[in-house]
Amino acid sequence: MKNPVQTLTKSVTVNDNPFMKPIEWLSLALLALVLLVVLPSLLDAFRLNLVGKYLTYAFVALGLVICWGYAGILSLGQGCFFGLGGYCMAMYLKLEASSVANTKIQSTPGIPDFMDWNQITELPWFWKPFQSLPLTLILVVAVPVLFAFAISAAMFKRRVGGTYFAIITQAIAAILTILIVGQQGYTGGINGITDLRTLHGWDIRTDSAHTILYFVNGGLLLGCILIAQFVKKSKLGRILVAMRDKEDRVRFSGYSVAGFKVFAFCLAAAFAAIGGAMFTLQVGFMSPSFVGIVPSIEMVIYAAVGGRMSLFGAVWGTLLVNWAKTSFSESFPDLWLFGLGALFIAVVLAFPNGLAGIWREHIEPRLTRRVKGLRAPPPAIVPHGAPAE
Amino acid sequence: MFGDYSLGDLGAIFAMQGFAGLILFSVYVLMALGLAIIFGQMGVINMAHGEFMILGAYMTYLCSTFFQSYLPALFPGYFFLAMVLAFCASGALGMLVELALIRHLYKRPLDTLLATWGLSLILQQAYRSIFGAREVGVELPTWLIGSVQVTESIEIPINGLFVMAVTTLITVGVALLIYRSRFGQQVRAVMANRPMAGAVGIDTEKVDRYTFGLGCGIAGVAGSAFTMIGSTGPTSGQLYIVDTFLIVVFGGAASLLGTIASAFSISQTQSTLEFFLSGSMAKVLTLLAVVGILMLRPQGLFTLKVRR
Amino acid sequence: MADGDHDLNRGLRSPLRRKLLMGLAAAPALSLLPRNAFAAGPATSAVSTTGLAVTDTEVTCGILHSITGTMAISETGAQQAEKLAIAQINEAGGILGRKIKIIQEDGASDWPTFAEKAKKLLVNDKCAAVMGCWTSASRKAVLPVFEQYNGLLYYPTFYEGLEQSKNVFYTGQEATQQILAGLDWVHKEKGGDTFFFVGSDYIWPRTSNKIARKHVENVLKGKVVGEEYFPLGHTQFNSVINKIKLTKPKVIFTDVVGGSNVAFYKQLKASGIDLSKQVLLTISVTEDEIDGIGGDNIAGAYSCMKYFQSIENDNNKKFVADFKKMWGEKTVIGDVTQAAYLGPYLWKMACEKAGSFDVDKVVAASPDLEFKGAPEGYVRIDPNHHLWSKTRVGKAKPDGQFEIVYTSPELIKPDPFPKGYQ
Repeated sequence: MKNPVQTLTKSVTVNDNPFMKPIEWLSLALLALVLLVVLPSLLDAFRLNLVGKYLTYAFVALGLVICWGYAGILSLGQGCFFGLGGYCMAMYLKLEASSVANTKIQSTPGIPDFMDWNQITELPWFWKPFQSLPLTLILVVAVPVLFAFAISAAMFKRRVGGTYFAIITQAIAAILTILIVGQQGYTGGINGITDLRTLHGWDIRTDSAHTILYFVNGGLLLGCILIAQFVKKSKLGRILVAMRDKEDRVRFSGYSVAGFKVFAFCLAAAFAAIGGAMFTLQVGFMSPSFVGIVPSIEMVIYAAVGGRMSLFGAVWGTLLVNWAKTSFSESFPDLWLFGLGALFIAVVLAFPNGLAGIWREHIEPRLTRRVKGLRAPPPAIVPHGAPAE
Repeated sequence: MFGDYSLGDLGAIFAMQGFAGLILFSVYVLMALGLAIIFGQMGVINMAHGEFMILGAYMTYLCSTFFQSYLPALFPGYFFLAMVLAFCASGALGMLVELALIRHLYKRPLDTLLATWGLSLILQQAYRSIFGAREVGVELPTWLIGSVQVTESIEIPINGLFVMAVTTLITVGVALLIYRSRFGQQVRAVMANRPMAGAVGIDTEKVDRYTFGLGCGIAGVAGSAFTMIGSTGPTSGQLYIVDTFLIVVFGGAASLLGTIASAFSISQTQSTLEFFLSGSMAKVLTLLAVVGILMLRPQGLFTLKVRR
Repeated sequence: MADGDHDLNRGLRSPLRRKLLMGLAAAPALSLLPRNAFAAGPATSAVSTTGLAVTDTEVTCGILHSITGTMAISETGAQQAEKLAIAQINEAGGILGRKIKIIQEDGASDWPTFAEKAKKLLVNDKCAAVMGCWTSASRKAVLPVFEQYNGLLYYPTFYEGLEQSKNVFYTGQEATQQILAGLDWVHKEKGGDTFFFVGSDYIWPRTSNKIARKHVENVLKGKVVGEEYFPLGHTQFNSVINKIKLTKPKVIFTDVVGGSNVAFYKQLKASGIDLSKQVLLTISVTEDEIDGIGGDNIAGAYSCMKYFQSIENDNNKKFVADFKKMWGEKTVIGDVTQAAYLGPYLWKMACEKAGSFDVDKVVAASPDLEFKGAPEGYVRIDPNHHLWSKTRVGKAKPDGQFEIVYTSPELIKPDPFPKGYQ
């Protein structure tokens, strides 16, 4: 196992036939069981809401698996798309919370409070579409995807890749943060858009609403996993992998490399945007602190811990890192940052395939053996050891 | 906006603004030079670059407190020793990091990004545990404070001149080292073609280690110089990282001349815009222009033609 | 100075120390008191009817500040002051015969975390009151939580105003209280008629400068010759300093925060602007900030606050001595630290006046409460939940302290929604 990526390439190409292998169905069922049955029955409303918040990051990690793990495009600007999706949703909720009746004390009733503070007397044009829920739901995905398209089309056409793309997306995240903070009359500035109350008349702050939103969130996440699985299994997925490994050969075979890359990047942006919108709904506000560089890189680490090639790993990785963050940072705030730093290094040096790699090398072979029993010869165990060269 | 001012005033302001631009240019070059070596020559994305700079700043802080309490007579000159120490400390840490971490990752540049980000978190927390979460105030010798009165209305900050001098010295030094010395020859050989360089008898691992150490050491000197104009705290390093990377990428990663040219164009753009617009918008517009140009011309301003 | 911080932070973060602080903030002192000091209170059923965490001997109070992350630097002082106040209250017999038990949560400089922990303090721990938050963003994040679960928050920072909630008491100054008296003073004493505004780019500086501009233009009949904002963390100020030199304002009015603050004053000093000749009025520099900036770099600047460590009165002398005794000789006390110290006392007095811990009754009892023992001097709670307080102007000295050059003669009425300033 020279390169962590090769074994996987093999497993993708070898397995031509079914949509998901039995073991993958099992993983999906296990994830669904934990997310939709075990956690809701074990945790109180408060903790469940927390898990719900973590799961919104899993959407981003999922997108990163497709665009980083499979297509080899590392984006350090996923926070942009998470934030844009979240802001779109927040704009709708804010308009609903700023009804004329609720904002009587303002000099211009009926517009969000922060606009009133900044002497804006009329709703800006780009806020207008967010008065309608269906339009908002479309824009939640459409705005980030168009933004992603604009960024990536220009760059991939000119064959910008790898590290350059990562650095440029990082700069874009920085620019967007400065813009949002600076244009506070239109965006709420550094405070973000706060005090969101109802979704189409339904109070989203109650415990029951949080529980319902949790299940919606879980359902959407499983849905996104299936979409990602479909992409991964289709010919498209294999082209992505081929592209990542030898871009020129794919190009020489007559494929439009840029087109596929743009697609992968936009798909990741769409996932992130859905996560952002669900975040806003569950947490009740959106602020520029989710748009910048630091959250964007943290989201990459979720995918890396889970295993950059594994869809399920992304979800588990996100849950694990966030759970650790919450519990360790409470008792050992000092150790936590050391721990997080060490985790980054360990994942890169020792476990490039993350949790999924550990599962695949140590647990899955045993499981398969147990299931198949003596009827079939045991599958060749992937030799383990340090996976990096 | 200039209607109300006399010609003399305007002349003085443009002169001072020109110097402000030059100072910003020196700051950018100093920030980017270390990274240009590490990223440009070695292809390692060192996200901990800012933390290496802050290590230099903390060395300066330690030096200043040491001289103040034990050798007050030599205090005016402590800054030179501080810069040497900053270079050594950051360089040594850099070589250690290369040995433990980076050398395993030369074939996976994107992974160096993650690993060095982790390293930056660890270093930040280490600074916080050692020096406290608050920013520290570095005492400067009096000759570094204040400004030179050129004419009645033109004043040039001394620390700005000092930064410019340091930048010039280091740039010339690095250029000589890379393009005129035997070590530089080896560095360039290894970067151009690693197996071939190894085949002719160059110890590529050693060259890697020293190159990385050199880059980090220069970052340390930059951090030391920046104690004169900026803040020194555990997270101060992060303030520099986006600008630094953009400068190096914009210049065309593999070329020192490109880095200098890009630092010049970015700093002039920013300082001119800052004068005519407000600070935040100037920053956004500068970054947007850089990103826009990079989208159109991804290879940067200057590129070396290399066979891949 | 750094060493002192270091020990302080370590001390705070060690789990053992924190645990000790949590329940037993005043244990050594308590043991000296007669045992029946706490037995005098009224029955629990009488003082708590809404299910708050009140027992026969204890009442729970939350502290919610950032212990980690970028804001930890600023928020350390506030939570130290709150713990000091609570320890003193416990030593003197607690509230309604009940000792205050502290539950501390870390907001981690992250706004959703603040909201999450606020909810935990109110829902899980049933805290009768919470002392906490520092930035506006964190307050905005927790505000809906406090309103939804009918909690009680004492917020210590001077802030931009434009807010008034039934569930929050603002123990710092709102913008008009802080700024107007300072501008009047600089106009009268220093002949300030032209102003240049420099701020960090977020809501507090922008709102404060808006108010300042209205006051300069409409009341003082002066002129604002420049207004500039820089992104948080910006470190290059040479261009704006040149603009200041070009426009030659009588007064530079600044509200730059964080690392930018340090860079701004260093570069200002280096550019040859002499603060003993050029008047600079800031609303963002307390004793805490000078630590990082360096006293030499900012000496001569005027700062406009309601409290300085150097205030001469008996309350303050005792407060400074107690604070240093608890947290170390090298700590400095800024405006927000003092405002945070008021929170537990105001809560205690309101509870005692109401004879209850119930939030509604405490809120109803609060207006017009007077606190004569405040380090800043006498303060009073206005019906709009802000404090009447004096505003002072201090001149920064090289040793990091302020020399108080002006104190407003009367208490200034808080006005979070100022007419004519919006």
